[in-house]
Amino acid sequence: MIDRIREEARQRFRDVGFPTTHDEDWRFTSVAPISKLVAQALVPAAPAHLPAQVRGVEISKLSEAPRELIEAHLARYADYQTNAFVALNTANFQDGLLVRIAKGAVIEDPIHLVFESSANGHPTASHPRTLVLAGPDSHATIVESYSGNGGAYLTNAVTEIVAGDHAVIDHYKLQTESARAFHVATLQIQLGRDTNFRSHSLSFGGVLVRNDVNAVLSQGCECTLNGLYLVSGDQHIDNHTCIDHAKPHAASHELYKGILEGHSSAVFNGKILVRKDAQKTDAKQTNKNLVLSENAVINTKPELQILADDVRCTHGATIGQLDREAIFYLQSRGIGLADARNLLIFAFARDIVDRIKVEPLREQLEELLLEKLHGSRN
Amino acid sequence: MSLLEIKNLHASVAGREILKGIDLSINAGEVHAIMGPNGSGKSTLAQVLSGRDLYQVTAGEVVYDGKDLLEMSPEDRARDGIFMAFQYPVEIPGVSNLYFLKAALNAVRKHQGLSDLDAMDFLALVKERMALMEMDQSLLNRAVNTGFSGGEKKRNEIFQMAVLEPKLAILDETDSGLDIDALKIVANGVNALRNPARAMIVVTHYQRLLNYIVPDFVHVLAEGRIVKSGGKELALELEESGYVGIEGEAA
Repeated sequence: MIDRIREEARQRFRDVGFPTTHDEDWRFTSVAPISKLVAQALVPAAPAHLPAQVRGVEISKLSEAPRELIEAHLARYADYQTNAFVALNTANFQDGLLVRIAKGAVIEDPIHLVFESSANGHPTASHPRTLVLAGPDSHATIVESYSGNGGAYLTNAVTEIVAGDHAVIDHYKLQTESARAFHVATLQIQLGRDTNFRSHSLSFGGVLVRNDVNAVLSQGCECTLNGLYLVSGDQHIDNHTCIDHAKPHAASHELYKGILEGHSSAVFNGKILVRKDAQKTDAKQTNKNLVLSENAVINTKPELQILADDVRCTHGATIGQLDREAIFYLQSRGIGLADARNLLIFAFARDIVDRIKVEPLREQLEELLLEKLHGSRN
Repeated sequence: MSLLEIKNLHASVAGREILKGIDLSINAGEVHAIMGPNGSGKSTLAQVLSGRDLYQVTAGEVVYDGKDLLEMSPEDRARDGIFMAFQYPVEIPGVSNLYFLKAALNAVRKHQGLSDLDAMDFLALVKERMALMEMDQSLLNRAVNTGFSGGEKKRNEIFQMAVLEPKLAILDETDSGLDIDALKIVANGVNALRNPARAMIVVTHYQRLLNYIVPDFVHVLAEGRIVKSGGKELALELEESGYVGIEGEAA
């Protein structure tokens, strides 16, 4: 079964190839360096260390997972027909993880999936693949963290999450890849009726990063997609989100905040599709950017496609600098210029940080912010 | 030696000269009121003393506590004991009042060679000074000035001053926009902070504030110069005759 999908994906990738900047979805993000790396990269084996099992959660390797689940779900959602990187992942993933959360299970501790890359001596390309099946009425928190060390490498991840009716799922992705790394990831979310799904994408590392988050909503869903990105130096980050309101009475909230320093650049493209049947949709999208350098570039674009007539959809984007009055106010109370700036940058990120319910993760994020703020100023 | 010595101070904003030769000497323990019509340069003087970079000093000198004030950064002035209560306090979303105050106090203490105040002592100090200003403690956990009423903002300024205990306090039109009850609370707070080691400059457009904060000296500023100085009775005189007479006198 997996082999057949792989072959299809391989064929598909051969046909479409890497996207170029002529492709609207990749207009501001050139992946030429990635295609160059992939041509010579080794694809390392991906040894998975499975944790002790917790009641209500089953984690297994895809290769050892029940055949009927794989057939029913794997690669059914993340689209390898049009997205070249999903095709590349599907064709090449070296095993992967299946996370099953039992029907009605309430899992209090977060399920932490750790992806570490290492490229010492030779560039590597890895294609982590994860399938999460959350049963109806289950409650769980999933944290994905991506990091690495060494020189240039590619992490090309695909995660599919299927949430059963009434499930409540919190998802976090922390990306702290090493300085020369490429990171491309697709998070594909399929939500059942009346689910409550929240995802936070926290992106700090890598030189070239692209995140695609796609959610398909059923009736009565509440879906929150938030993000925070901090880029400096020559970093480039591209966040593409797509929320598909397929059924009525669903709500989506989206808040992405970005901090740009140095010669960095960022892209935010937020697509909201409200289908004909999706009456009473309530969708709100906000993208705010703090641009700290004259050399940094942000491209932000909402993309609303509304086919129903009784809906509420709002979107807004802001691009701003630090408030000079506020800096002076802080200085006038004895707080040094660098500290005053950092305090204000931190304050900008605050409302995302405060929404993170997993305490160790929130603390780690605060540390990362402080570290990055101090580092970039020196 | 006086705490603050201003000599022939000239300052401009965007090429337009606002201060045209200010001379003023202030000793520790004194309260000086600076009055004058709109546009006379009162707020500019306050801002220049606190180090706002919007203004360019084009001539003159300011010696504070034996140091060349104009060479100091705004934060160093604050750490050395200068505090300005803003005419328009700035809202800072995302930074709690408590965190802000702690950062400010510890920056001042560090400069004085003192260690950070521990959490308990800090909270005790803050609560005591809040009571002085009749402020609700819930304001501590709110973002700095964000969503505060006009009166709350002004009280918050004097509250900060009470915590930071400056040597030279500059109140820039702290009375503007306050109703009489809020004005009394602010004035009580300021009076409680008067002491022989602390000097104050009270910038105001109206004489009313000076009924509550009684100054030792009153200076009238007009068109960037001090045109008349006197004791507290000068403020009353101004109330009677207005600024027109004074300006005429100077001319």
